[in-house]
Amino acid sequence: MQSRFRSDRRLTVRMGLTLFLLGLLYVAFVAALIVLLKSWVLVVVLAGGLLVAQYWFSDRIALYAMHGRIVEREEYPELHGVIDRLCAVADMPKPVVAVSDIDMPNAFATGRNADHAVICVTTGLLRRLEPAELEGVLAHELSHVAHKDVAVITVASFLGVLAGLMVRFAFYSQIFRGRKDQNTLAVFAGIMGISAAVYAISFLLIRALSRYRELAADRAAALLTGKPSALASALTKVDGDIARIPTKDLRTAQAFNAFYFSPANGAEPGIARFFSTHPSLEQRLDQLGRISAELGEAAVPGIGKAD
Amino acid sequence: MGLLDILLGRTKPVAPDLDQLFALPSAAVTLEAAAGFRATGRGAVCFATVEGGAFEQTHREVQALLDADAERTGPPVELTQDAYGYSWLVSRRTPDQLSALVNDLHAVNSAMEVNGFGPQLLCSLAGFEDDGGRRLALVYLYKRGSFFPFAPLAGDGQRRDSSLELQVKSMLGNDLRIEQDLSRWFPVWGAPGL
Repeated sequence: MQSRFRSDRRLTVRMGLTLFLLGLLYVAFVAALIVLLKSWVLVVVLAGGLLVAQYWFSDRIALYAMHGRIVEREEYPELHGVIDRLCAVADMPKPVVAVSDIDMPNAFATGRNADHAVICVTTGLLRRLEPAELEGVLAHELSHVAHKDVAVITVASFLGVLAGLMVRFAFYSQIFRGRKDQNTLAVFAGIMGISAAVYAISFLLIRALSRYRELAADRAAALLTGKPSALASALTKVDGDIARIPTKDLRTAQAFNAFYFSPANGAEPGIARFFSTHPSLEQRLDQLGRISAELGEAAVPGIGKAD
Repeated sequence: MGLLDILLGRTKPVAPDLDQLFALPSAAVTLEAAAGFRATGRGAVCFATVEGGAFEQTHREVQALLDADAERTGPPVELTQDAYGYSWLVSRRTPDQLSALVNDLHAVNSAMEVNGFGPQLLCSLAGFEDDGGRRLALVYLYKRGSFFPFAPLAGDGQRRDSSLELQVKSMLGNDLRIEQDLSRWFPVWGAPGL
C-alpha cells in the first residue's frame, strides 16, 4: 500500500535496545533470586497480583484519581465529534470520554486495551487550545491506547516493583526473625544489594522506555491527523502553562505522569533528563518538524511505501 | 497489530477499502422501492487535511480531473472545510446520475491513495431524500469498508432519526455491507452534500 507513514529507524532501535536491556535485567534478577532464596514464589505472586489489579482497573483508578467525569455526547458535542473522527480514521473502537474539572491543561488516556480505554481531558486544556491543537493532543492520547502503552509500561514496571518488595522483604525478615548466623546474614545482604541495584537500573530504563513511547505517540498522532505543526503548537502552549504552575498543587498528579500528554513538573535541565517520563520539548518539536517536512514532499513512487 | 508493533510502539496506517462503494447504486434502487428515498445526486468525500504542499497539489489535481469530465453539466466540484478541520470534496450530479457520482467519489479516493494519502480518508457519503423532505445519508467508512445510515431530524438541535436509521439498516442488509457496531455510527452534522 502506498503511504506517507515512514518508520523512524533510530527510534525503533533505541526502543528495542531499552526493551532488550530490561529483559536481560529481568532474567539476571530471576536467576539471582533462584540461587539466593528458596521462598521467592510468594513474593512474586503477591507483586504480580497487585500489578494485575492495577493493570485491570487502570481506567477506573486513573479516572478516580483525576476526578474525571464521564461525559455524554450532548454535553461536549465537539469533543465527541473530534474523537469520533479520529477513531474512524484510525479504525479503532471509541474510548469512553471523560472531562476533569481542573484548570491545569492536560490529557491522559488509560485502560488495558482499546475496548476498555478512557480518554480524559481537563477543562483547562479545552479552554486553551484551538480545535486543530486539541485534535493533535487527542490523537496523541489515542496513539497511547493503540500502542497498548499501559500494558507495556505495567509489565516493564513489574520488575521494579518486585525488586522494591524484595528489599523490604529481606529487611523485615532480618529484623524479626532474629536468626543471626553468618550464612543467613550474607544471603540477605546479597539479596538487598542486588534488589537495590536492580531497582535503580530498572527505574532508569522504564523512564527511558516511557520517553521513547511518548515520541512514538507524537509521531503516530502527527501522521494520523496530518498536522504535526498543530500538535507542536499545542505542546508549546501546554508546556509553558505547566511550567508556570507551582508544584505544590500538583502533588496528586505526579504519580500519573507516565500517562500524561505533558508531565506536570516544571523545567528539567541537565541530568534530570534521565529521570523524566517525557522527552524534552525541543526533542518533541524537532521530531514533529521533521514529519512536517516529510508530509510536504512531493510523492515519489516507492519512497513512501509503508514498511 | 503484532507483538513486535506493541513492543516498539508502532502504528500501521490503516489501508482504506475502496471497492464496497460500488454497491451504492443497487442499494439506491432498494431504498427507493422500500422506503421512497431517492438519491439527491449530491455526494462528498471527507478526508483529514494534511499540512504541506504535496497535499494541496493532490487535491487541486483531483478537482481539475473531476471538472474535466465532459459529461458534467451541473456546478463544478467544490472543496470545503468543516468545523473539525476536515476537507470535503463535494460533487453535485443530477438525481439520475448516481453511478456517475459514485465514479466521482472513487476518482477522489484513488487519487488520494495513489499520492499516499489513503490513511487520511475518513468517509464519503451520498445524499437521499423522500417526498416528505426527510433527509438521509449513506455514509461509507473507508477503514471498515462498511456503510451506515445517518438521518438528521429537521429543525433546531442535533437530533437523529434513529428509528429511520435502524429501518434502513435492516432494509439494505442484502445490498450493502452495513456497519454492525452501532458505536461507530458517528453523526456528521452539517456535512456538505447531505
